[in-house]
Amino acid sequence: MRVVIAEDHALLRDGLTRLLHAFDFDVVAAVDNGPALLPALITHKPQVAIIDVRLPPTFTDEGLQAAIAARTQMPGLPILMLSQHVEPLYARELLSTPHGGVGYLLKDRVSNVGEFVDAVRRVAGGGTAMDHEVISQLLARREPLAVLTTREREVLGEMAEGRSNAAIAAKLRITEKAVSKHINNILTKLEMPPSDDDNRRVLAVLAYLNA
Amino acid sequence: MSRVDVAGTGARMARWVRRGARCVLGGMAAIGLAFTNVPLLAVSVVALALTPVPFLGLALMPWTMTLVRMRTNLERRRASRTGVLVTRPYHPAPERAVAGGWQRFRWTVTDPATWRDLAWLLPGAIVGFTLGTIGVVVPLYGFAGLTLTPLWIWLGTGWYGYGAIWSIDTFGAGLLCLPQGVVILAAGLWAAPWLRRVDAHFARLFLAPTRAAELRLRVTQLTVTRADTVDAQAAELRRIERDLHDGVQARLVSLSMVIGLADALIDQNPAEAHKLLAEARESSGTALVELRHLVRGIHPPVLAERGLGGAVGALALSLPVPITVDIDLPGRPDTPVESAAYFAVAEALTNMIRHSHAHTGSVSIRHADGALTMIVTDDGTGGADPAAGTGLRGIQRRLAAFDGTIVLSSPPGGPTVITMELPCAL
Repeated sequence: MRVVIAEDHALLRDGLTRLLHAFDFDVVAAVDNGPALLPALITHKPQVAIIDVRLPPTFTDEGLQAAIAARTQMPGLPILMLSQHVEPLYARELLSTPHGGVGYLLKDRVSNVGEFVDAVRRVAGGGTAMDHEVISQLLARREPLAVLTTREREVLGEMAEGRSNAAIAAKLRITEKAVSKHINNILTKLEMPPSDDDNRRVLAVLAYLNA
Repeated sequence: MSRVDVAGTGARMARWVRRGARCVLGGMAAIGLAFTNVPLLAVSVVALALTPVPFLGLALMPWTMTLVRMRTNLERRRASRTGVLVTRPYHPAPERAVAGGWQRFRWTVTDPATWRDLAWLLPGAIVGFTLGTIGVVVPLYGFAGLTLTPLWIWLGTGWYGYGAIWSIDTFGAGLLCLPQGVVILAAGLWAAPWLRRVDAHFARLFLAPTRAAELRLRVTQLTVTRADTVDAQAAELRRIERDLHDGVQARLVSLSMVIGLADALIDQNPAEAHKLLAEARESSGTALVELRHLVRGIHPPVLAERGLGGAVGALALSLPVPITVDIDLPGRPDTPVESAAYFAVAEALTNMIRHSHAHTGSVSIRHADGALTMIVTDDGTGGADPAAGTGLRGIQRRLAAFDGTIVLSSPPGGPTVITMELPCAL
């Protein structure tokens, strides 16, 4: 699988490259600044791009801006944003770009290699990977969620992070059948249309939380 | 003209009349107060003359000047109410100065403001009395035309006149008093605020601080705010140092220890080594979380990345109460000012969430006339007391470092409106 990385810290850039190599990814380009990113994406047409939010030369949200620009030019390009801190505001902006796999994770998550690689694969496959921190901030401020049981809130959180029913079942140590029952209850209580498509359901939940 | 227009004009008229009437009352007060100036001046002259008398002399002058300053401070407040700002020019009282002592006497007589106060007493009385009289008599005359004159005609004293008509000979001429009265009353009400302002400007000539006094007051204020700022910064640095020392640093030490241990065990006991490494990863995760919180408290990354608008917007998104954010800035202020503005708004919002029981709130930030104006409102229970908590005082200190101000309006029952101003160029 072809990957483009944009990360300005040499140590992290090399570390990410090595990690992805170990899991049979092909890192076709690794850039260290914002302006070089868009040409690299257009040249290499990667299957997924892993981008740091803060990049030179401005050290502001250069990476995020470049990612949003790239998504507008290359609709459907899967993008996984990494950052030292997460803001629901940025998640909202990412999600408002034309559809395609999208992820937004704290850099810390790289340390859990298995989960991180899983997230990269999910995003590359058109899925979603939202950081636990983003989702918990979104959940914290939604009063209507009070109608949900504790378990349903847990399932909603996992679902919003982009996990499949199977993954949620494994994580919460319940059966897949129980998971889909909870999800149906959640969708009914929040007055959202039922959907069999995992990813469309995730996006609907994120749109609901972001509203 | 539509009904709305009529209502609007009516309300404007009513406001205009009320304002004029208030100023007429102000004129009456000016007449009364003018009479207090003369005895004050007389007492001051006597006090000055008695200065050589042992014991009594040193006490008398400061005591008299306290009375004079009560009078001039009242005049300063009255002037400020008409929109002519007159600040107090006095030297701060010396510490350890006892009543009747030499230090207090010297403090009083060496302050140029003392002599300027005394110089104002007589001219101030004359101008106040004259302008006050004009301001009261003209509307009263108009009022007389409006109501009483027909009586004079019917009483038939034989000879009387009003306004432009001397003397009134016929019934028709008598009725003309009414329109004339309206015009004169309107002129009186129109002139009253203007007369108050002229009086205030005259008072300012004497009672406002001289350039030197103004600079001295400014130095005093800057000394205080600088000391506060330095204190606050030192406390902040101590907090950061403590957080780093007890948090991240300690964690990194234990982390390297655990990794070292895992390294030593990896050949003999791989299972135990794996467990230790998992522990190390968790520990590094916690250290990162702590660092993130710390960084957010020093300078939120989103503020660096998006400026004031983005950072306040992001903050509002994370609060449990819906906040309307309305920010329109033509550029970004300097980093220190931007940071102060952000933390002031953040603190105001935090206070709101914590204490106000609000259902909704709003933040508006604008830049005009060389100042950033930030208004934070909520529909909560009100009754916020700046003396009760440290939150509002903290905001005040943060803003004061940049000559900013905070005004709080929070009647019991709400709504609470916090208006903060921060001078800055964009």
